[in-house]
Amino acid sequence: MTIEGSDCVVRFESVGLRYGLGPEVLQDISFALAPGSFHFLLGASGAGKSTLLRLMYLALKPSRGLISLFGHNMATTSRRQLPALRRRIGVVFQDFRLLHHLSAFDNVALPLRVAGVRENEIRKHVVELLTWVGLKDHVNIRPTILSGGQQQRVAIARAVIARPKLLLADEPTGNVDDRMAMRLMHLFEELNKLGTTIVIATHNETLVRRLGHPRLRLDAGWLDAGTPDQQAAGKPAAGVFAAATSGSRAKQSSESAA
Amino acid sequence: MWARRSDLPLDHDALGRFLPWLIAFMVYLAALALAGMLLLNAMAARWDKGMSDTLTVQIAPADSPEKDAQRVRATLGIIRSFPGVARAQPLDEGRLMDLLEPWLGPGGGAEDLPLPHLIDVKLKTGARVDAAALAKRLAAAVPGTAVDDHGVWLERLIRLVRTVEALATAVLLLIGLATAGTVVFTTRTGLSIHHEAIEVLHLIGAQDTYVARQFAGRALAMGLRGGVIGLVFAVPTLLGIGYLATRMQAGLLPDVSLDPHHWAALAGLPLVVAAIAMVTARLTVMRTLARML
Ligand SMILES: Nc1ncnc2c1ncn2[C@@H]1O[C@H](COP(=O)(O)OP(=O)(O)OP(=O)(O)O)[C@@H](O)[C@H]1O
Ligand SMILES: [Mg+2]
Repeated sequence: MTIEGSDCVVRFESVGLRYGLGPEVLQDISFALAPGSFHFLLGASGAGKSTLLRLMYLALKPSRGLISLFGHNMATTSRRQLPALRRRIGVVFQDFRLLHHLSAFDNVALPLRVAGVRENEIRKHVVELLTWVGLKDHVNIRPTILSGGQQQRVAIARAVIARPKLLLADEPTGNVDDRMAMRLMHLFEELNKLGTTIVIATHNETLVRRLGHPRLRLDAGWLDAGTPDQQAAGKPAAGVFAAATSGSRAKQSSESAA
Repeated sequence: MWARRSDLPLDHDALGRFLPWLIAFMVYLAALALAGMLLLNAMAARWDKGMSDTLTVQIAPADSPEKDAQRVRATLGIIRSFPGVARAQPLDEGRLMDLLEPWLGPGGGAEDLPLPHLIDVKLKTGARVDAAALAKRLAAAVPGTAVDDHGVWLERLIRLVRTVEALATAVLLLIGLATAGTVVFTTRTGLSIHHEAIEVLHLIGAQDTYVARQFAGRALAMGLRGGVIGLVFAVPTLLGIGYLATRMQAGLLPDVSLDPHHWAALAGLPLVVAAIAMVTARLTVMRTLARML
């Protein structure tokens, strides 16, 4: 029950990562994400969730193992090919990483401008999206004078504006109330329905239970893919394949048939 | 070429703020060097032209004025029939006295000196006259004549001018290099100050050229701003120097001043410097980013 690597949006094989000369933060991570899947990434603080996402959005190179994205082996992908791949990935950073001298509008417009979209098309899309996340009146405000939750919504808008094929969100609802959190989750689900593969790292168990998407669980650097209550929630686990490589504690998820 | 708007807050860098002033200073110096070079060039051309179609023939004085007059007549005859000669005119006594006065003082007894007779020879424009052949023919007919084609003097002068020109060119090159060096330095600093924002741009999918465009656009703007400031200071300086020169030059220097072409060349300086700044910034960014993840 495996699918070909080229069909997967993300594929990790025995990936290990250490920062500098420190201990391995991630060890022997193997999994694959099918196109259009939706996963929560869980784990205690410091378990390595952000690190795993950084590997996926190409901010880090693995210390060992193999990563492939959209069928490209990252070890053999040249630096010049990276921008094209990155444009297919939307990222909500845990610390937002908004550009502070730019307005909310310009921050959200950035992925479109970088991709060379025409300015008149940008305007309409950006304002629409900012309105949708409740920032209609903050379009021209700089992030520094926005509240934490408002900044977070700008960050989310920036991540989804270009309709990425893969969306990676690191604790995207940590600074908003539950109602806004649900609203934002629905935004992700909308995107998911359009075919975007989604991974959301979160501590918010209530949310996870309510939405019931399959989970990836990190525990002290080891990845555990799939839990029984995915079935209980009645959601198909679209494509988590924990590779049964020796040395990996990742369990083969039973419902991974696709 | 112009960055639409800056995605990086480059204008707020303390370092970046002094760049236009530095460039202004460079352009100021470059304008002076360039103006000097252009003037010297014009001067040399004029000397070359003015001197190469004149000769001076000197006739040593004889025992009596009658003999002198006869020798001058004979010499004139030969010169006037020589190919390429347009005109030959003896320098009259009064003019000779005027020339000697600074050395002998007024009434210095020049009248009593056995002075040579000088003949001013104008050549047809463009004619190449064999001064040596003329000298030979004159010496055979009228012993004690000498032909001076100003060749040695002119050659030395031109060589001096060329040397000064080479120096000015070197100065211009150094100014260009210094500008480029400064831009490399400020760009590298900018890259490290904005490291985080640039990383975000990269992660969003920006190509190096996108980032480079921001820096290049800024460098171009600063180069132009600095260049114009430098030129604004250089123009009064040049006019001032020109004014002083016309007052001091008592016929010593040929009268040359900057013509419209020269001013156009000077006005091009800020553009050249801005272009250097822009290209340098772009190359620096591309090279530096290529070493990043
Ligand atoms: N840049 C870094 N340099 C060195 N060590 C790091 C770096 N970033 C993270 N770490 C270490 O890696 C481990 C995993 O960190 P990571 O940020 O991935 O955890 P996390 O699961 O995202 O935690 P949280 O839920 O608190 O965000 C931690 O022990 C942390 O100290
Ligand atoms: Mg984290």
